[in-house]
Amino acid sequence: MFSEISLHILDIVENSIKAGADFIEIKILVRTDTRRLRVEVQDNGCGMDKEQVQACENPFFTSRTTRKVGLGIPFLKQSAECTGGSFSIRSAVGQGTDITAEYCTDHIDCIPLGDVNATVYSLVMMNQELDFYYQYQVDGRQFVLDTREIREAVGGIPFDNEEIAAFIKDFLKENKNEVDSGAIV
Amino acid sequence: MKSLEELKAIRERMQGQVGLRSEDSNNTRVVVGMATCGIASGARPVLTTLVDEVQKRKLQNISVTQTGCIGLCQYEPIVEVMEPGKDKITYIKMTPEKAIEVLEQHLIRGQIVEKYTLNAENL
Repeated sequence: MFSEISLHILDIVENSIKAGADFIEIKILVRTDTRRLRVEVQDNGCGMDKEQVQACENPFFTSRTTRKVGLGIPFLKQSAECTGGSFSIRSAVGQGTDITAEYCTDHIDCIPLGDVNATVYSLVMMNQELDFYYQYQVDGRQFVLDTREIREAVGGIPFDNEEIAAFIKDFLKENKNEVDSGAIV
Repeated sequence: MKSLEELKAIRERMQGQVGLRSEDSNNTRVVVGMATCGIASGARPVLTTLVDEVQKRKLQNISVTQTGCIGLCQYEPIVEVMEPGKDKITYIKMTPEKAIEVLEQHLIRGQIVEKYTLNAENL
């Protein structure tokens, strides 16, 4: 099991990357009044057919060949559902996959969101040829990191240039702090 | 809120002196396993530490990348070092601290940190 929701996000997005997606949306929507945290991941990868969608919630299904279990999606589903929340997956071959997990944050079994900045930062740095749209929202306050906009602003400078990387890191940190006032979500 | 305006200033400052990281075959590749097994056992801080340290020390000929499940889940987090013309070295049960040690000893000084390698593990 993972100790942070942000690790689930990192893991699930790896599926999108392996599915050949070149645009991935990651949304984290927090409501403190209803105590809900919703994670949405949408990709434009190869998608799955109906049978694969049903099968992927089963830990003994995987598309890889190194071993016979695939725990990413079952882990995420379990970690959301055990808080009284929900999990859903929609996919269509050739169109992509949408995954939504909703957590009840006041449940004792709810794991913290954790270091979501590290998740987004490592995804952006490791997959510079892909575009990410990342939205973080708490009670209606929000910020967005869109690598398409960053790409346009920096011209041809790679994201792992020291100054650009430092900017992305600070951007995530400062804007997240402004949205959630540094609260541990 | 921090805006993207600052990037334009960085871009202007960099004009003409952009040392693009060379992706040629002379690069040493440092590969971190980032499948479910790796992530669950702590690969994310290992990866971000390596990315940050390579940038900070301006190591131009090292590229840090990620891979899926290597098939040795019980030894995760795993970091593989692939130097051109040399055998691949597999470091197991990595932490950010051990990763820095590997960076300093192996990647910079060329001395393999035997005690963290898969070969040192009694299989």
